[in-house]
Amino acid sequence: MLKVTIDNISIEVEEGTTILNAARKIGGKVVPPAMCYYSKLKGSGGKCRTCLVKVAQSCTKDTRPMSKLVASCSTPVQDGMVVQNLTSPEVIEARKGIVEFLLLNHPLDCPVCDQAGECDLQDLSFGYGMEETATDDERREYPMTDIGENIKLHMNRCILCYRCVYAADQLTDKRLHGVLYRGDVSEISTFINQSVTNEFSGNIIDVCPVGALTDKTFRFKSRVWFLNPMNAHRECTRCSGKVAAWMFGNEIFRITGRKDQFGEVEEFICNECRFEKKDINDWVIDGPRHIKRQSVISANHYEETKKQSLIDPIEGKMHEQK
Amino acid sequence: MSFRERIYFPAILNGMRITFGHLFRRKTTVQYPEVTRQFSDIYRGKHVLKRDDQGRERCTSCGLCAVACPAEAITMVSAERKPGEEHLYREEKYAAVYEINMLRCVFCGDCEEACPKEAIFLTTELVKSEYQRDKFIYGKDQLVEPFDPAKRIDVSKRQTPAVLEFKKDKRYKHNV
Repeated sequence: MLKVTIDNISIEVEEGTTILNAARKIGGKVVPPAMCYYSKLKGSGGKCRTCLVKVAQSCTKDTRPMSKLVASCSTPVQDGMVVQNLTSPEVIEARKGIVEFLLLNHPLDCPVCDQAGECDLQDLSFGYGMEETATDDERREYPMTDIGENIKLHMNRCILCYRCVYAADQLTDKRLHGVLYRGDVSEISTFINQSVTNEFSGNIIDVCPVGALTDKTFRFKSRVWFLNPMNAHRECTRCSGKVAAWMFGNEIFRITGRKDQFGEVEEFICNECRFEKKDINDWVIDGPRHIKRQSVISANHYEETKKQSLIDPIEGKMHEQK
Repeated sequence: MSFRERIYFPAILNGMRITFGHLFRRKTTVQYPEVTRQFSDIYRGKHVLKRDDQGRERCTSCGLCAVACPAEAITMVSAERKPGEEHLYREEKYAAVYEINMLRCVFCGDCEEACPKEAIFLTTELVKSEYQRDKFIYGKDQLVEPFDPAKRIDVSKRQTPAVLEFKKDKRYKHNV
């Protein structure tokens, strides 16, 4: 076991754990944001640089700080490592720059985008973002394309995190899309507009941190904050059948995977569950999902909670806020 | 009771003096349809859904007004713009149905504050009285301003000079 200190909080983790995963074990605000790393997808991470942290002390033997900020998603911890995330002004400053880079080509069409309200980039730019950009250049533009029957690709919004490529590689037997070209002009595309038809291909919508890949069956149907996310399940021969059903009254507007506190789906679901089962009789509704109080989706969202008040009557201490 | 109180007459006279005294005071009411009071430039009355300079509807049905609305008076249904409708709607998404329940509305102006597209404004117009409750649910036919440039509703007084100056920046050109 290795001892690592992140933002003055110490934790012991196994060898080979990355800084990001060590921070996730602590939880809360210590966790660096991640746009491209996805714990369920092998090989993901290291591309967006959002999770940069400062290593103030490399290990017990070498107490010097690392010369540059490191990507926490791909740097393994060492014994005695001291990491600064929010406590380092350097990291905050660097992250501001990263947000600016990510927004260089990302259109500000949140009022139109279906991802708004649950978008990682929206949260990130709100948290760290700047109101102004230093560049005068026009944003790159691509025509909208349909990849597959139910998936719409808005290449304009893509931040090239490669998550969908890894998802298609690892969940389906034959990947039909990938990144074409390189550098500034690289784009996600299918090979000569081939459609993505694999029965697990819908998961690339869930892994997309922005609104580049969206569900065509939900396109412009509603805004996520008008809907109530409910846990639902059904017997499915292909996947676990455990999903989040986004409902308005008794109507199911869309089906997604159940996302955990880090925005990653707990279990990947199949396309039949996602796109075809929109009737309430297809599902067993288990109850409302937990939504963070800070999220816009929590508007008019009621869920059962054990916590009656913020102050524990017996301990007399403040509860840990979720 | 004293003798003066028992005969009642002085009290009646005193009451009459007050009543007739009011006859000669200045009236606090106005004869409404003929005479109207002066409204503040930023009076919050009936809403308007603005069009842009080319006559296209600004609203993209983003739902921020509805989520900001404390009275939950606003509902909308979005639709996708089809090719050939570019002169009607400014962006690829638009509100096919946009309804404000004027009985629920408290005219707080939060929808105006929330709107990222400068589409909804409150105006100095009043919501007219009706006999049926369902008539108070205003749809797009009552809310969207006329296409004719001469009949557009001027909301420039609701925006301070600082705001108008800010909007001249090309980065915010989507809102001009």
